[in-house]
Amino acid sequence: MKIVVDRERCVAGGECVLACGEVFAQDDDGIVVVVDEHPPEELREAVEEAIEACPAAIIEAVDDAA
Amino acid sequence: MKDVASVVIVGGAAAGLATADALHRRGFAGTVDVVSDERVHNYDRPPLSKQVLAGEWAPERATLLPPRRLAELPARIHAGVRATALDVEARAVTTDDGRTLRGDAVVIATGVRPRLLPGRAPAAGVHVLRTLHDALALRERLATPGLRLVVIGGGFLGLETAATARALGAAVTVVEAAPRPLVGRLGAVVAERLLALHAERGVDVRAGVGVAELVGDARVTAVALTDGTTLPADAVLVAIGSQPNVEWLAGSGLSIADGVLCDERCVAAPGVYAAGDVACRRQVGRDRAVRVEHRRNASEQARAVAEHILGERRSSTPVPFFWTDHHKVKVQLAGTVPAGAVEEVVEDDPARGRLVVAFALDGVRTGVVGWNAPDRVTELRRDLAAAAT
Repeated sequence: MKIVVDRERCVAGGECVLACGEVFAQDDDGIVVVVDEHPPEELREAVEEAIEACPAAIIEAVDDAA
Repeated sequence: MKDVASVVIVGGAAAGLATADALHRRGFAGTVDVVSDERVHNYDRPPLSKQVLAGEWAPERATLLPPRRLAELPARIHAGVRATALDVEARAVTTDDGRTLRGDAVVIATGVRPRLLPGRAPAAGVHVLRTLHDALALRERLATPGLRLVVIGGGFLGLETAATARALGAAVTVVEAAPRPLVGRLGAVVAERLLALHAERGVDVRAGVGVAELVGDARVTAVALTDGTTLPADAVLVAIGSQPNVEWLAGSGLSIADGVLCDERCVAAPGVYAAGDVACRRQVGRDRAVRVEHRRNASEQARAVAEHILGERRSSTPVPFFWTDHHKVKVQLAGTVPAGAVEEVVEDDPARGRLVVAFALDGVRTGVVGWNAPDRVTELRRDLAAAAT
């Protein structure tokens, strides 16, 4: 999977970091930073958790082929 | 609950749509009906007082779900339709377009609406801010250069809107009845800093004074205060809190004294759930129920409801969290600020404009408030969550 985020709409809530710190981090302003754009499949559940927990719904996991 | 084949969700905003989304993402294959009294839906409210009001974002940008994720939802969305009654036993929702929607599960996510000032109000110039329509109407007014805006209510919505209006060039006065606004919510240190920031940016905050009346016949011309002051006004925003949309549930047998009373799993009656601003949820291990009007609460409860409907029993007590933005400063609260809590400044970096305050009761940390310190708040929030489990 490939992680796509819309940083401009990020509200800096940190939900993604709490759900999946292996993939998501925050910069000094709290805005999401993707630290692993192509996380391994075993992180799928944690990534899904981050996608759903994000209050701005700005995270997507797309197929690598896409 | 097992073998649920149909879900009726009343309310198409944050909690309602998130419930439909969470069901779908967990593989629910039954039917989902979403009844939304707003014609325009799939927009998110937090940006309304900020980016949308400021004109920084086109309204389409403030989506609740990305359009693709919404399009994938196998839900029937009844937009512009209002629920008028609920038969709890039959789990049947009656709507104002003459239908009865029956579900194996019914989710009440009807939210809240702004409280209005008691008494007569001038016909024009008095605004509230809850819907996209409200935000666009106020934005139009703010296009007038030098507009005099009086905001009634110095809570988060009132102050956020004041900040946005000021940045657009309006002359803004905020009237708040409480003598020390926000202290009970954010603690004294951050509350004072926030009020100082507003003052510095030219927002005139009048605390400890009430509103006697709105002056004007066809159009508001002034706000008369209880201390005898009269504030000339071209427009007024009433931001004095909200009231739950529960009137349609009168006679249903549900307890609706303050929102819809539900247990810690958001169950209001067998097969009937409440989520979001309207839900008054019992607290795990405590003899009380609370209604929380924060954006994240809506998502969290929506997921709890979806999981319960699908028979998943994941019991967790999330650490409360919310944020509020003023003049480009981000204030975040994780946990709680109980009455009598001891405040401790754990980080104060004026050069970077950062501040973090922790709260403790009987030596146990209950919450943290961050001022432009989101990374630190996330860190401390993780600790709070770990301590709670």
